[in-house]
Amino acid sequence: MAQVALRNIVKTFDRTPAVQGINLDIPDREFIVLVGPSGCGKSTTLRMIAGLEEATSGEIYIGDQLVNDVPPKDRDIAMVFQNYALYPHMTVFENMSFGLRLKKFPKAEIKERVQVAARILDITDLLDRRPKQLSGGQRQRVAMGRAIVRNPKVFLFDEPLSNLDAKLRVQMRTEIKKIHQQVTTTTVYVTHDQVEAMTLADRVVIMNAGRIDQIGTPHEVYHTPKTQFVAGFIGSPTMNMLPCRLVENGSGLTVRLSDWLSFPVPPSRVGRYLPRVGSELTFGLRPEHIIEGRGDVPPGAAAFEARLDVVEPMGMETMVYFVVDGLEVCGRVNPAAAGRVGESMRLVADLNQMHLIDPRTELVI
Amino acid sequence: MTDVVARGVHLPAAHPRLTMQKFARRKSTIAFFMTLPLITIVACLVVYPAFYSVSLALMNKSMQHFVGFGNFAFLFKRNTFWMVVEQTVLFAVTAVVFKAAIGFVAAHFVHNLPAKGQRKWRGMLLIPWVIPPAMSTLAWFWLFDPSYSAFNWVFAHLGMPQVAWLGNPYWARFAVILVNVWVGSPFFLIMYLAALKSVPEQLHEAAAIDGANWWQKIWYINLPMMRNIIQITALFSLIVTFANFDIVKILTNGGPVDQTHVFATWAFNLAISGNDIPLGAAVSLFMAPILAIAAFLILRNVRQRGNEA
Amino acid sequence: MTTTTTISGPAAGQHQAIRYGSISHGRRRTLYWSYFFLILFVIFFLTPPVYMFITSLKSSAEISAATNPWWVYHPTLSNYIDLLTQKTYLIFFRNSTVVSLCVVSVTMVISVLAAFSLARMKFWGSATLATGVFLAYLIPDTLVFIPLFKTFAFIHDKTGVELINHWWVLIILLPTLTVPFCTWIMIGYFASIPKELDEAALIDGAGYIQMLIKIFIPVALPGIIAATIFCFTVSWANFLYGLAFTTSADQLTLPVGIVTTLIRGDVYAWGQIMTGALLGAAPPLIIYAFLMDYYIAGLTAGATKG
Repeated sequence: MAQVALRNIVKTFDRTPAVQGINLDIPDREFIVLVGPSGCGKSTTLRMIAGLEEATSGEIYIGDQLVNDVPPKDRDIAMVFQNYALYPHMTVFENMSFGLRLKKFPKAEIKERVQVAARILDITDLLDRRPKQLSGGQRQRVAMGRAIVRNPKVFLFDEPLSNLDAKLRVQMRTEIKKIHQQVTTTTVYVTHDQVEAMTLADRVVIMNAGRIDQIGTPHEVYHTPKTQFVAGFIGSPTMNMLPCRLVENGSGLTVRLSDWLSFPVPPSRVGRYLPRVGSELTFGLRPEHIIEGRGDVPPGAAAFEARLDVVEPMGMETMVYFVVDGLEVCGRVNPAAAGRVGESMRLVADLNQMHLIDPRTELVI
Repeated sequence: MTDVVARGVHLPAAHPRLTMQKFARRKSTIAFFMTLPLITIVACLVVYPAFYSVSLALMNKSMQHFVGFGNFAFLFKRNTFWMVVEQTVLFAVTAVVFKAAIGFVAAHFVHNLPAKGQRKWRGMLLIPWVIPPAMSTLAWFWLFDPSYSAFNWVFAHLGMPQVAWLGNPYWARFAVILVNVWVGSPFFLIMYLAALKSVPEQLHEAAAIDGANWWQKIWYINLPMMRNIIQITALFSLIVTFANFDIVKILTNGGPVDQTHVFATWAFNLAISGNDIPLGAAVSLFMAPILAIAAFLILRNVRQRGNEA
Repeated sequence: MTTTTTISGPAAGQHQAIRYGSISHGRRRTLYWSYFFLILFVIFFLTPPVYMFITSLKSSAEISAATNPWWVYHPTLSNYIDLLTQKTYLIFFRNSTVVSLCVVSVTMVISVLAAFSLARMKFWGSATLATGVFLAYLIPDTLVFIPLFKTFAFIHDKTGVELINHWWVLIILLPTLTVPFCTWIMIGYFASIPKELDEAALIDGAGYIQMLIKIFIPVALPGIIAATIFCFTVSWANFLYGLAFTTSADQLTLPVGIVTTLIRGDVYAWGQIMTGALLGAAPPLIIYAFLMDYYIAGLTAGATKG
């Protein structure tokens, strides 16, 4: 069990930069998730930690050891691949014990370790089968078993759930979380699915085009995104983003979205936003913070009427869409209160949750 | 109006079935005729002679009488016969083993190279297989020439003794195997290279993380995954090497003193040069059992792979 | 807002970034060893042809002078000129060319027809027939040439038709070596063409022969090229049947011609022999140089002579 540190990691493939300067400190026992769109460099970073790719420059530390020159087999890590990478000609038992057999562990200990891991993963009755006789979920468990058995310093997961169907994915997510509670090894987990990131991570690392945009707990990246990319990436459905203008109006500031829609800025934010008055900014508010208007408007919120363009009933909630200056805005309302397409509906926006983004720097103010 | 409707209702049910049957028959007849040339060739020029071979082997030299197993009895008593058996088996097995080994090793080295360069090296390494064996055997014959051997020239300059490549029985056997290995290794190289490329790279990565070094990867991953191709290639090559003619005929013509004869060359000499066709047929028939076993194993291997897939 | 946990050990900014090469030492070393051994293999594999070439440039005087056999001191094209103007050699070349081209045509027609029907038109017995074709390929020519020889002699006695000692007999014989394997390759390629193409063609109104010509052959063209190359190489290189069935000098094909001219004579004109051998190896080599990928595809399509 060990901490992992990355210093100024750069990776270029044939003059194409894939990773451009990553600095990351992962304390022991943390479950950290690298998340981002495809091509952002998260898998490359993971593979550099594993030793499957070589860093063009920068240092990688596992524990206190500089491992740049250390081949994967000596780094004491374990990896779960997206395609499981199980040895097709070996049984499940042999697959899981392969690493231990190579290091010449005594047979009794191998057997015990495999049994323990199999029990944790609930695959004890599959030990004599071959990979091709197993389902996708079972294969994934065997791949994890292979990693657990090694008792390594770090677990590396490379999009392990991407090949499973949606239902299985949700199931396995919970399993992985439970396993981490039992086997508390430092884990670096790569995924493109932000839901996975949010549910599994102690901390989330959001990567974009080879750089880290933000590192934080799921709560932090949700409530206080630092860049436009992070704000738009986290949260489903995506945050509404609209161009706006910040104007002064006597007692405070107003965010002017269009001729017919303006929101008052909550007093707590006025100080922060004051220097930006008059500029063109981007206004961000998540759909879940635009709800149906009922009775009194809570402090910090603002009510307004909008003609509904599209109504999507989702069962537990209904998504309503309305247009502001040509852009579609989404709100999430109680199905019972939802209006009909073409009708006007009263909505309340919780402006305590608003974000203002500078469109030139793409940073959240 | 009513007429049309009425007529429409009265379609006889028998007709559609008849036309379907006729169509099916026509399809198989066409198909059959398309395969007829193939069947004719194989039947007349392969199957029939194979069986005729058996009947020939049971006749006497002038092919007038039927002598039963007389030819075989005669052969079993001759020393040369047993020598040829030993030779052919030694030749075939040794050659195949070396070809497989060289092919296996070379395939791994080529596979190690960056993808762009592999094509050039593969191209160069395949050349022995492209040149007609008769032509390249002539080159080796010249390289082994008793008076002008280029190898002996190098040996002389290095102070090593001269070698009677084709004159000494042991060296002659070595030479014959060497040339066969030279001609055949590229085939193994290509087959193994293709098999190697089909092993998913992720397995190697997983093994690297599990702690395997290069030879452990080869032993635990490559070898088992390539097992099918290795078997089938070896079996095919065994058949072909066992029945090899060109190399031995040109290099040594069985000599010195019949020490390098294989079944094919000895049969040829007996039948064509010695004018004893039944005896030649009898000799060549001894290849049949080995071929049958190898063919059976190959078929079983192919069927197995078909089932697994 | 972002939590940064300070850890014991090297802190950010205290170490300079160390640059590494694109290939680590370990991988570079494996690469050097690979090149080293591959060069050894290449030397082993290319020595005979290179030596053939060297010898072909030597005059017989230089050969018998027994100077360094690996170097040409007085290169001369006399061997080439002599051979190419010599009638016998040109006849060998002509015979080989005609035989090979004819065998290729015959084989490809038979194989494509048979493969198409075996792969696509499932009729009773097609699976057994396919296996039978495969097995026929395994029967080597050395098992079969003796009874064939006898059969031909027999036919000669009975009908007076001379089948021995005519080069065109090879056109009848050589397809036995090429047809089974070419059919096998083509079955593989045809079977890999999706069935939907057939059905689309049937609906469009195509008959089976039209399907074959307009769809299958164009789509399976790489396979056809590979099979043609294989077929040509095998017929060009054939030695046994030529040796057994033809004897007079004007009937011989190239491989047989060169070798028997050698085995008969007492004086070995090595310069000419090597030139002859090199020129004899030239057609397959040239085809290989231009169509290497098809060559290899033909090889790997199923195991073949090796």
